[in-house]
Amino acid sequence: MEIKVRGIHKAFGSFPALGGVDLDIASGELVALLGPSGSGKTTLLRVIAGLEFPDRGAIVFGEEDMAGRPIRERRVGFVFQHYALFKHMTVLDNVAFGLRVRERRERPPEALIRERARELLELVQLGGLDQRYPAQLSGGQRQRVALARALAIEPRVLLLDEPFGALDAKVRKDLRRWLRQLHDKTGVTTIFVTHDQEEALELADRVVVMNRGRIEQVGTTDEVYEQPATPFVFDFLGNTNVLPGEVRGREVYVDGQDTPIVTASLHGSGPVDVYVRPGDLRVTEPGAPGFDAVIRSTQRTGPILRCEAVTASGQAIEIEVPHLHYDTQTLRPQQHVRLRLNQFSVFPRQTRNRDGTLPDVVPNAPAEYRARGRA
Amino acid sequence: MSAIVRSRTRTVIPGFGLTLGYTLLYLSLLVLIPLAGVFVHAAGLGAEGYWHVVSSPRVLAALKLSFGAALAGAAINAVFGPLIAWVFVRYEFPGKRFFDAVIDLPFALPTAVAGIALTALYAGNGWIGQYLEPLGIKVAYTPLGIIIACTFIGLPFVVRTVQPVLQDAEKELEEAAASLGANRWQTVTRVILPTVLPAALTGFALAFARAVGEYGSVIFIAGNLPMVSEIAPLLIIIKLEEFDYAGATAVASAMLILSFALLLVINGLQAWARRRHAHVR
Repeated sequence: MEIKVRGIHKAFGSFPALGGVDLDIASGELVALLGPSGSGKTTLLRVIAGLEFPDRGAIVFGEEDMAGRPIRERRVGFVFQHYALFKHMTVLDNVAFGLRVRERRERPPEALIRERARELLELVQLGGLDQRYPAQLSGGQRQRVALARALAIEPRVLLLDEPFGALDAKVRKDLRRWLRQLHDKTGVTTIFVTHDQEEALELADRVVVMNRGRIEQVGTTDEVYEQPATPFVFDFLGNTNVLPGEVRGREVYVDGQDTPIVTASLHGSGPVDVYVRPGDLRVTEPGAPGFDAVIRSTQRTGPILRCEAVTASGQAIEIEVPHLHYDTQTLRPQQHVRLRLNQFSVFPRQTRNRDGTLPDVVPNAPAEYRARGRA
Repeated sequence: MSAIVRSRTRTVIPGFGLTLGYTLLYLSLLVLIPLAGVFVHAAGLGAEGYWHVVSSPRVLAALKLSFGAALAGAAINAVFGPLIAWVFVRYEFPGKRFFDAVIDLPFALPTAVAGIALTALYAGNGWIGQYLEPLGIKVAYTPLGIIIACTFIGLPFVVRTVQPVLQDAEKELEEAAASLGANRWQTVTRVILPTVLPAALTGFALAFARAVGEYGSVIFIAGNLPMVSEIAPLLIIIKLEEFDYAGATAVASAMLILSFALLLVINGLQAWARRRHAHVR
């Protein structure tokens, strides 16, 4: 089912959770809503589901405007972070719930309901556990029951709110891969919320990066990672070094150096910020395009060597290289090195701390909203 | 060998022997010994004498009334208590804190005060009684009045046991049910009620236990007509006043046995309900 989100505004008291959101989702797509706590991603998901109602705007499923319709009439499958399974029911009864509450004339016969529920449990690889109670399952199993329960109503769209948030790292990774396979098998239009950029980038066809109730960028993993539209997107998708730079004519200079790193810039002259990831910095020969730095300390974390360094202008930066890389020889404390930038983004200079650093929780968010952000 | 045994019984929580000792001592001094005393005293009658006292029509009627009214009151509370708890947990309204505090009044009010107040209200010339009387409904000085008193004192037990459970049952459960297409009625009957059932049963048991032994608030509204509105605790007092100690303890022991049996049944029910959601989360 194709979904169109048009000009959605939603405020909790005086806190604007969504400030005009437009989004198109194609039928059969797997989309991630990615953003920090308080960015409005969960609110957007709940508005699409019908668990919250927008102050303004339209939610269109296919051709139908759903904005005023309650969740019950939307036929959406919703999966909660903490599963929300019915504890007093067996796994089978949980999955069958959506079919059993249908009106009599639409309800399949009981035998068919059971068969359908068993099929779904096979699909989520929980065959044989149908008589267990939720309390007897592990977290990963519970989340798969929740998924089967949501799929039982043949939803027009599947919505998942931080579906792996309550699971440990290993299970999360397995489930992620498994969800991708399941989506490819069933082809249900799926939207999921996450604050984990790795999860979003690995799982989704397209990623919607949100910040402060607005969409910053929509794109494929490659697009948002390699051509971030805003400093926020760059910063949120991974570790970031921000270096002072300057555009003169069509050339970009970084950190007060006199060898330009770009010679065909489209930016207007003036001060800029050069955003570069620690892993995109490499040692080069003196005088080459780049900048100078002094290594302060190095630390080996697993397969990666992480260095802290200070540039000529006094900016602290981080460098990451695979520990077998030939640069590791040079990267010793107190060494002076010339660094080149493999890949980077140039943005007009901003006052930092506005979008640059991420607030953990938006300060004037109401308590309920904040509690949800933390969960 | 002994070292191995020792290390096996070691636990992180200290003081098992000490605390268990105290527990047993307190239980014995405060509960077991006085109760045993009841039975010992009653035994003075001999089996035949005991049966004679307990099976006399007046005693039987009083026991029936006491247990019947207590069960009825607890049942009424088991229905409306969760409803009240639901309102307090789910909705915001002006004066909520005030009403929430009012729920506890039956806990705190001296029972005689409650009894007199209820009697004044429901008597033929009382605020409420004057409207019921013309309809042919007599409340004060009838078993109906006793049921009302039992309901009054049992209410906080049910509300206070159900409230935290409702609070814990995430709003998400209701949202999940709605997303699956359940209407309000189906959500309440299939999801919410089963969730609060064990707590409601606990509240029911507590309310019942309290109401069976209730004296102060009941005797005023009961009217205390032998065979009609005379409760068992009152009968015990009457026997005591007649210096019939053995008879009094016989009635008391009958109450004890009946209460114990009923509480066992309720406990079994609770265990059954709880087993279905064995652990939290």
